[in-house]
Amino acid sequence: MTDYYSKIRDNSSRRKFKSRLMLTLCILAAMLAILPLVYIFFYTTIQGASSLNLAFFTELPKPVGETGGGMANAIVGTLILVGLGSVFGVPVGILAGIYVTEYSKNFFANVVKFVTDVLSGIPSIIIGIFAYGLIVIPMQRFSAYAGGFALGLLMIPTVTRISEEMLKLVPHTIREAALALGIPRWKTTLRIVLRTASGGIVTGILLAVARAAGETAPLLFTSFGNSFWSSTLDSPMASIPVQIFNYAISPYDEWHGKAWAGAFVLISLVFIVSLLVRIATRNKYSQN
Amino acid sequence: MTDESINITSVEEVLTANDAALTEEEIYEKSKFSLETENLCVSFHGREAISDINSKFRKHSITAIIGPSGCGKSTFLRALNFMHDLTPGALVSGSIKIHGKDISEYDMTDVRRRVGMVFQKPNPFPTMSIYENVSAGLTLYKRHKRKELDEIVERALVHAGLWEETKDRLKVSAMALSGGQQQRLCIARTLAINPEIILFDEPTSALDPISTSRIEETLHTLKKDYTIIIVTHNMQQASRLSDYTSFFFLGKLIEHGKTRTIFTSPKNTLTEEYIIGKFG
Repeated sequence: MTDYYSKIRDNSSRRKFKSRLMLTLCILAAMLAILPLVYIFFYTTIQGASSLNLAFFTELPKPVGETGGGMANAIVGTLILVGLGSVFGVPVGILAGIYVTEYSKNFFANVVKFVTDVLSGIPSIIIGIFAYGLIVIPMQRFSAYAGGFALGLLMIPTVTRISEEMLKLVPHTIREAALALGIPRWKTTLRIVLRTASGGIVTGILLAVARAAGETAPLLFTSFGNSFWSSTLDSPMASIPVQIFNYAISPYDEWHGKAWAGAFVLISLVFIVSLLVRIATRNKYSQN
Repeated sequence: MTDESINITSVEEVLTANDAALTEEEIYEKSKFSLETENLCVSFHGREAISDINSKFRKHSITAIIGPSGCGKSTFLRALNFMHDLTPGALVSGSIKIHGKDISEYDMTDVRRRVGMVFQKPNPFPTMSIYENVSAGLTLYKRHKRKELDEIVERALVHAGLWEETKDRLKVSAMALSGGQQQRLCIARTLAINPEIILFDEPTSALDPISTSRIEETLHTLKKDYTIIIVTHNMQQASRLSDYTSFFFLGKLIEHGKTRTIFTSPKNTLTEEYIIGKFG
């Protein structure tokens, strides 16, 4: 006579084993997902730390043969280029997202959605060539405007799609409540609906900014790079990714060190900007 | 002398061009209604949801709209403040009059400010504090002085019966309130813009009995200042709360009258069958 309970115990231990196995796999996958970031962060810190000093943040690059110098112009250049890109890309992205969700459910809206999807899949170097043809050739020179435009173009699909998704999550009853108070529709959209979705939209903007900050290819054709301070926005402008690229392909060890330091600064910059924007736009009522 | 002139202007307000032949009593009778509908029809994508609704709502009274699910109660209510405007495929015809004046003569936002609405599920603005929720209809309309705003918010919350519970935490998120409190907040939000008519679309169907009775108390006290129209599925609620009752069935207004009459001796057999629970 077999023990009836033992069967169940057996079942349950088998289930426990399966559960543990799957859980372990999940944890492994999660670790695998964060491993590259942790690894990149530590590796760039270790490699770049020796080249990091005050001069790196305050001085211009030195010519070949001279030691020392820094990337001050590239750091400022990246901030300006990403800023220009955001000024162009973020409003267009958010307004397109608003149009698609709030004001149009027609054929054109579907076209917009489809095209933004396609746009997000276009390699960034193509975007760079596009900006080159559209701005650099007519202007007859590389410029920060062209670089900002290329970065802005790259940001539009991300911002549009995330704005759209976040606005869709705002319940219809919130819109009705606002309209029933006699609030005009445009104010309802801007002051109530957009505000309700702002948390997610900010995340989308940050993703777009982080991506734009690290782009190299579109800048090669547009803002080009500069060993000195750029006096105006219609002149070539240095940026960290392009500077990293130039240093990394050079044969000099000191420049390799500088490239690592540049990578470290770029990652830190994206991290700090994300953190600051999150704190600044933190919604005091999101949790309670 | 001055008295007379005041009288004349107030009468004139009610008079429209083709009313000139009315006697004084008829004009007085007319002035008792704040809202009227004539042949009101709403259809969605060509399918009629309600048709030819002729009704009048008396000032300072509560009218309950009852009827089985899908009979067009909510459709009717939402038509009264342009809520179908955003629904694709919705077509509204007929006429709605506020104080004898057709709503097409008003601005759309103006109609909505005169005809407030409280919805079935509490829908406070989630990213705003209690204070901001109540003041939203004002601050997003025009600039207000801080002090004036404080007074209006307090008065609205007192009226909605929420002041005592929230006066110390006006800056807290509206989502921290319970469902019943949220619904009273939504009532306060509507009261703050000082409408003349308030529409309630099953305001207590998502709430527990205690919250329900508190909202009913609130409605009762609001009656003296506002015209209230409430859609309800709850027959007891309709009978204990309202002065007048309209019975809707299959998109038609079957019977309208004093609540007591409707509930004790309805004229129409459909009304009777619905009230005693034979269907619905």
